[in-house]
This record gives sequence, C-alpha cells and structure tokens, in this order.
Amino acid sequence: MKVELNVNGATHVAEVEPRTSLLDCLRDNLLLTGAHAGCEHGVCGACTVLVDGTAVRSCLMFAVQADGYAVTTVEGLSPGPGELSVLQDAFCETHGMQCGYCTPAMILAAHALLSKNTQPTREEIVDAISGNICRCTGYAQIVEAVALAAERMRGQNLPPEQP
Amino acid sequence: MKPAPFEYSRPSSVDEACALLAADDGARLIAGGQTLVPLMAMRLARPTRLVDIARIPELAFVRDEGGRIAIGATTRQYVAEHDPLVRSKLPLLARVLPYVGHGATRARGTVGGSIANGDAAAEIVLVAATLGATLTWREGGNDFEMPASEFFLGPMVTALPLPACLTSVRFPVWPERRVGTGFHEVNARQSDFAFVSAAAQIALDTDGRCTRAAIGIGAAAAIPLRLDAVAEAMLGMPFEEAKVRASAMAALADIEFMADLHASADYRRRVALTLAVRAIADAFQDAARRV
Repeated sequence: MKVELNVNGATHVAEVEPRTSLLDCLRDNLLLTGAHAGCEHGVCGACTVLVDGTAVRSCLMFAVQADGYAVTTVEGLSPGPGELSVLQDAFCETHGMQCGYCTPAMILAAHALLSKNTQPTREEIVDAISGNICRCTGYAQIVEAVALAAERMRGQNLPPEQP
Repeated sequence: MKPAPFEYSRPSSVDEACALLAADDGARLIAGGQTLVPLMAMRLARPTRLVDIARIPELAFVRDEGGRIAIGATTRQYVAEHDPLVRSKLPLLARVLPYVGHGATRARGTVGGSIANGDAAAEIVLVAATLGATLTWREGGNDFEMPASEFFLGPMVTALPLPACLTSVRFPVWPERRVGTGFHEVNARQSDFAFVSAAAQIALDTDGRCTRAAIGIGAAAAIPLRLDAVAEAMLGMPFEEAKVRASAMAALADIEFMADLHASADYRRRVALTLAVRAIADAFQDAARRV
C-alpha cells in the first residue's frame, strides 16, 4: 500500500505492507533509525515517536494508520546540523544515558511533556517517562536532565512550543 | 514480533465497517490497537483484514444523556481522562484512567477498545462492570444494547458478535451529593497489567451512612467481579473495617482465582481482600469530604 507520511516536516511517500509498523517504516523505508526496536509489543517504549505532538509507541501503530499525521522522530528535534536541542544537551550534561538505546525515546517522551508543561514537578517527569524502560541509569539522571532542561527553557523566556 | 500479513481498510462509516466485517470471518476492527497489536505481534491474533474505525467521526464523543454519560467507542483514553464531563460526573472512571497503560498508550488506546477486548485486567472493564455500564453496538444496520453484567464472558471473550461494531459505553451517573471513590491495584510496574485491582464507589447520607455502594475486583478471575453482597451489607452503615473485611472475605471465598507465573491464586485472593477493603475505606473517606 502507498502511504504518505509527514515526518519531521517533510512529506515522504512509502510503499509498505499493511502489517509494516510505523517503526519499521521509519527505520527501513525512510532510514530514520533514531526510533529503536526493543520489545516490539508495546512494553519497553524504545520506539516512542511523536504523532501530532503526542508521544506514542510506533511499534503499536501500523504505518498505514499514520497516513496524514505529523510524525516527529528524534532526528527532527535538532535545531540545526551538528546541534543539540536544550533537552538533548541536558541529557549530555547530567549523564542521562549509558548505552543510549532508550535515549531517543526518553528524549521524545520528555519533549512531549515539556511542550505542554513548562514547570513539571518531579512526579510529572517520572510519570511522563514511566512507559520507557532504561536498564542502565536507574532513571535518576534522566529525571535530572528533564528538570534541568525545563529550568533552562523557562529561562529562555519563550512561549511553550505548540504541539 | 512481526504480525502475520493482513489486508487493511479504512471505512468512513459504522455501517461500512460492519459490511466489511460481515464479508470476512477473519476481519477485525482496529481503533487504537493498543491491545490488538501486541496480540498480533505475538501471533496470538491473526486477523485476515483490519478494519480501521479510528477516523469515523460519529464514534468519538463524550455526551451527557441525563442520568448517564455516553462515551463513543473510539474516544481515546487520553481524551476521556481529561474530559470535564468524565471528571465531574464519572468520578470512578476519572480515578482509574491514569492507571490505564502509560501516557503513550492512552494517547492511542480507546475506551471502547478496552471494553471490546474484554481483558480481565483492564481498568475500564472493571469500572464498566462495577458501575453496571451499558454497551451498545451496531450490527447489520441495527443497534443493540447489553448490560456489562452479561457482556463480559471470560478472559478476552465478550458477548459482542463478530460482525458487530461497538459504538458506545454508557456509564450511569450517581446523582447523590456525597459520592466518593477508591481504587487500588498491584502490578509489577506502575500502569502495567494488574495482578489484582479493586474499585469502589460509595454514596453517603448527611450522617456518613452508606446509601449506595458498588464494589468490583479486576484481574483476579476470568471476568471482573462485582461484590454485591459486600455492597448490600454496608447499606445504612458507617465504615466499619472489621465488618467490611468479613463480608468481603465471605464474598471472595467461592471465587475461582486465576494463577500465573507472577501471582498464585492464593496470593490473588489475599490481595483482592486487602485491596477491596482499602478501596472501600478510601471511597468512604473521599465521600465524607464532600458536603
């Protein structure tokens, strides 16, 4: 089936089987390998992407279902070539990763939170990443990274991004 | 973890969806896919065709029908969670929705999908059974209605006919002024599948005596259980933990509990009793705070 996807602001047309997950379509057809395949049945959260600004599991969505929606992957967060977003920078500074497998998904889940909530409490940060498994860090530095990014983004004195 | 091949259709109306289901025994509806797609990934489900009803506008709504709130089958769980009508008139549903999966699955998962799949561990299923919701569906151009007490038949088995499309779930609204709710569940990770869950909604009179109660246990047996005997025993009474515990213990004595690698039947029985008492205590306390 032909599917038209709007990914990171660009329109892509891909030929996929109906059973092709959005995750596989992004990775194999569009060569966007930031979304990771972990469990492939909705448990680990490594495949998280944004659909119309909301974090969803791309392994639980078929590419044909995403037809016409705006999809954002971690590749779409960078403000320019070789640059990192405030949130990505915060992950580096606080060592919010070790192996990095869960990181793109953690960043997207946190990005979705920060675009709706500029002053998240620790509980809200924990809740926002609670569907994402990290086997390395113990989560403490990830929570720290999101809190740091929130603080810096408030300091920028910019209106929250419209999802 | 890749689903078997299938055909895909996206009809624009419920009747069109029903016709596609009627034409192919192996066809199944998909809306959010948060229950179905994991089953397909594990090849526990192998539909020949997926009929995507997520974009049919007539199926997504939250409506006040006076005395009950109707929620359209494809209303996203995230939308219901933040809906002002749900928050003000369906306190028990509002209380459990944050426990349904994770944010990323509630963004896709639907209220009707949870019901139609009939997962005994699903929180929305538990609330529908506890409050006595009514399920409506369309089949062959006709509309049908059934109470939750007859709808859930076993784990992942409901009375919904194969060529039917669930259209809405109608939850009764309690008009009493002092209504309180309680909910507890035990699982491996917050918002994962519950091993046992318990929900209670209680109305109190001005003296703090119970005038109405609904209590349900989820995930413990093949279908959600309503503990009507416990609810009846509390009528006219203030909260007395020992009495509640005794009547809940009696009500759970004859239930056949499920057992798996994570939780034995004995464990589930003990936890069900504890969580039921806690949920009832919370509901009394919550109601007592309202004037």
